[in-house]
Amino acid sequence: MSGLLRTEQLVVGWQQPATQPLDLSVAAGEIVGLTGPNGVGKSTLLAAIAGRARVFSGRIEQRPGTHLALQTQDVPPVVGMPLSGRELLALTGASPAGLPAWLADHLDSRLDRLSGGQRHYLTLWAILQAPADLVLLDEPTNNLDVAGVAHLTEHLRDRAAAGAGLLVVSHDTAFVDTVCGRVIALEGRHVS
Amino acid sequence: MSVELFQIPFLTGLAFAILLPILGCYLRLRDEWLAALAYSHLAAAGALLAMLAGLAPVIGGLAMAGLAGACRRLFARRLSGGAGDALLLLGGWSGAVLITANEPMAERLGHALFDGQLYFAGSEQLWLVGVGGLVALFFLRLLSPNLLLARVYPDIFRLRGLSAWPTQMGFDLMAALCLALATMSLGVMGAFALVFIPPWLAFRRAANWRAGLCWALGIGVAAYVAAFALALGLDQPFGPVLAILLVLGGLLVA
Repeated sequence: MSGLLRTEQLVVGWQQPATQPLDLSVAAGEIVGLTGPNGVGKSTLLAAIAGRARVFSGRIEQRPGTHLALQTQDVPPVVGMPLSGRELLALTGASPAGLPAWLADHLDSRLDRLSGGQRHYLTLWAILQAPADLVLLDEPTNNLDVAGVAHLTEHLRDRAAAGAGLLVVSHDTAFVDTVCGRVIALEGRHVS
Repeated sequence: MSVELFQIPFLTGLAFAILLPILGCYLRLRDEWLAALAYSHLAAAGALLAMLAGLAPVIGGLAMAGLAGACRRLFARRLSGGAGDALLLLGGWSGAVLITANEPMAERLGHALFDGQLYFAGSEQLWLVGVGGLVALFFLRLLSPNLLLARVYPDIFRLRGLSAWPTQMGFDLMAALCLALATMSLGVMGAFALVFIPPWLAFRRAANWRAGLCWALGIGVAAYVAAFALALGLDQPFGPVLAILLVLGGLLVA
C-alpha cells in the first residue's frame, strides 16, 4: 500500500458496533481531520486503529513497519506523583526543542503543579514529538488557549512536512479547517 | 553491649532501609502499596508452613510470596480495584494466625515474623539480603522507564509492538521476593512501614522522580538508624519503634 493507513468498510466499537462503515486513508505528510457529533464513534475509531477497540467488520491496513502514536482524551494520572515535564518527555523520547516559551520555562516543574492547559499541552507534546510515522490525536485542542492552538497548528504542519501522517479527531471546526488537508465528517448513518 | 554483636543485624536492616523505600516508590506509582502488605502476610504464612514441613522458613516465605507475585497478574482483570491484594492479604493473615494458634511449634516463629527479629540476623542472612538487594536495585533501574511509561501512557507498549507483561510480572515477582525477605528480618509491619511511609512523604515534597527516590531513600535510612539506636537503647522491639518513628515523622511533615 502507498499510504500509511487505509480502512475499508470499517465498523468498530467496544461491546457492540458503534460506527457506520468507513473508508479512510492517511498518507505520509498528510493531516486528515475526523469530525462529527458526540457518540458517532470518532474516538472509538482511533482506539480501534490503535488496537484498543474491537473491529466488527471491514479491515484496517497499515504500511508494514509503521510506528503509531496515540493521544487520548484521558489525562495521564500524574496528580500526587513527582514527575517533571522534562522526565515525561524523556520517557517517550520526545524532544523539548520547539516547545513554546510559556511551557519551556516550566519543564522542570512537576506535572501536577502546572495549570490544566500547560499539563495538557506537555502530555500532548510527549506523544506528538515521540518517534512515530502515524500520529492519532483525539481532541488535541481541549484546554488550550488561543496561543496554544496557534502553536499546535504550526507544529502539526511541521510534523506533516517532516513526513508523518496525522489523523485528528476534533470538535473545533476552525482548528480542523485550518490545519487539515482533508476532513471526513461522520454523521451517524452517513459519512461525507 | 558489644558493638560486634549488633553489627550484622544493623547492616542487614540497613540494606532493607535502602531497598524498601525505593521499591515503595514504584509500588506507590502503580497504586499497589496494599500488595506490599499482602506479600508480607503471605510470606509469614509460607514461612510457618515450611517450618511445619521441616524446611527452612525463609524458603517457604519466598516461595509463597513469589507465587503470589508471579500469579497476581493472572487475576488482575477479575479482581480489580485492589480486591486481589486485599484477598491475598486476608488469606495470608488468616493462614499465619491459624497456624500459630494451632501449632505450639509455630507460635514463637509466628510472633517473630509479625514483630520482627532483626537482632537475630546472622551473616548468611546478611549475604542473602545484600546480594538480593543489589540484584533488586539493578532490576528496578532497568524496569524504571517502562514502569513510569506504563503509568502515564498505558497504550504505548501495544502501539510500539512491545509486550507489557514482562515488565509487570517481573516487577510483581521482584516486589514479592523483596517483601518476603524483609518480613523475615523486620517483621510484617516493620517492612510495611519502610515501604509505605518514606515514599508517601517523598511524593509530597519531591520536585521530580529522581528527587523522589532520593527523598524516600534519605527518609528511610534516617528513620532506620534512629529506630535501631532507640530500640537498642530503650530495650524495645525494633519493628514497632521504627513504625512509630515513621508515623510521627509522617504526621509532623504532613
